[in-house]
Amino acid sequence: MMNYIWAGLILISIVVGTLTGRIDAITNAAIQGAGTAVTTAITLLGIMSLWSGLMNIVQQSGLIKFFATLLQPLTKLIFPKIPQKSPAMNAIVMNMSANLLGMSNAATPLGLLAMNELAKISNRRLGVASDDMAMFVVINTASIQLIPATIIAIRQAAGSANPYQVIIPIWICSLSALIVGVCAAKFFQNMGRNLWKS
Amino acid sequence: MEILNVISIYIVPFMIFIIIAHGIIRRVDVFSSFQKGAKNGLETVVQILPALLAIFVGISMFRASGTLDIIANFMSPILNFLHLPAEVLPLALMRPISGSASVAIVSDLINTHGADSIIGRISSVMMGSTETTFYTLAVYFSSIGVHDSRWTVKAALLADLTGILASTWIVNFFSA
Repeated sequence: MMNYIWAGLILISIVVGTLTGRIDAITNAAIQGAGTAVTTAITLLGIMSLWSGLMNIVQQSGLIKFFATLLQPLTKLIFPKIPQKSPAMNAIVMNMSANLLGMSNAATPLGLLAMNELAKISNRRLGVASDDMAMFVVINTASIQLIPATIIAIRQAAGSANPYQVIIPIWICSLSALIVGVCAAKFFQNMGRNLWKS
Repeated sequence: MEILNVISIYIVPFMIFIIIAHGIIRRVDVFSSFQKGAKNGLETVVQILPALLAIFVGISMFRASGTLDIIANFMSPILNFLHLPAEVLPLALMRPISGSASVAIVSDLINTHGADSIIGRISSVMMGSTETTFYTLAVYFSSIGVHDSRWTVKAALLADLTGILASTWIVNFFSA
């Protein structure tokens, strides 16, 4: 997909630029863009490493388990059919905690583990997502991050007066997205069940 | 609003304190553990640099050509209706598809308009509150051989749409 988007961006730019007489501006923009990519990466290096380092401590000290217990009431509500102490539930809770802490290195393997466990306990047809799998993936695409480190790094690099100012709006915003995602998933689940009955 | 600003200033040092203190209590070698993690962070950035470079070049050319202005003009009635500034449209469209492309677009927006401008803050909130939906979907489902994801895409995109619209409204609300 990115293949066509990227090619489209460049080809369209050159065609439109030729038509609007901005072809020299486009050449400059291409060179400048490459330079900005490198400066952006350099500013990201520092803060990304800082958070990755801290998150590695979280993983080793077991602090992630504390967040997992905090999340349990929520997961009980979202996945009522999965037993609390099951390996599937454990993987789900750990994945959600890792996402919350912005530990993407840990969140993905835990998420894949959870999918694997969900596959074991579901009686779905092969190759078709179960209700719980679909719900779990929706939650992962709308996850809340306590410290959105990447965007803070970008803001800091651009000389923001208060790079952290956006944290609370981000919490509110991702929480609304999560609620809508979960409600939509529950809605589609029930709709599917009613269709089966009729 | 004042209290929210205070919270947002204290949350980061507070988190760092808890993490280090808890590590020390649990007898973790925090110094070497930190370095191991930091190395991972370095590698992540190096890994995304080629993608970042490709997208930055593409987006810069696209912006310089004036195509974005043409599209924005064309779509302005819908954008006005949703209270969405035209400048953040590429971010909203790219966010579910590619993480590194969104990083590139959001940096470009923040560098151009300023981090604390309305557009800078809207794009920050949009970036921080949404995920690379299609990537997550592909990785999670393909790992267990699911090819029929049923309603997952619909529900996930509804969540993304909520995040995108809410980011504009919330930033406007906070700056009102």
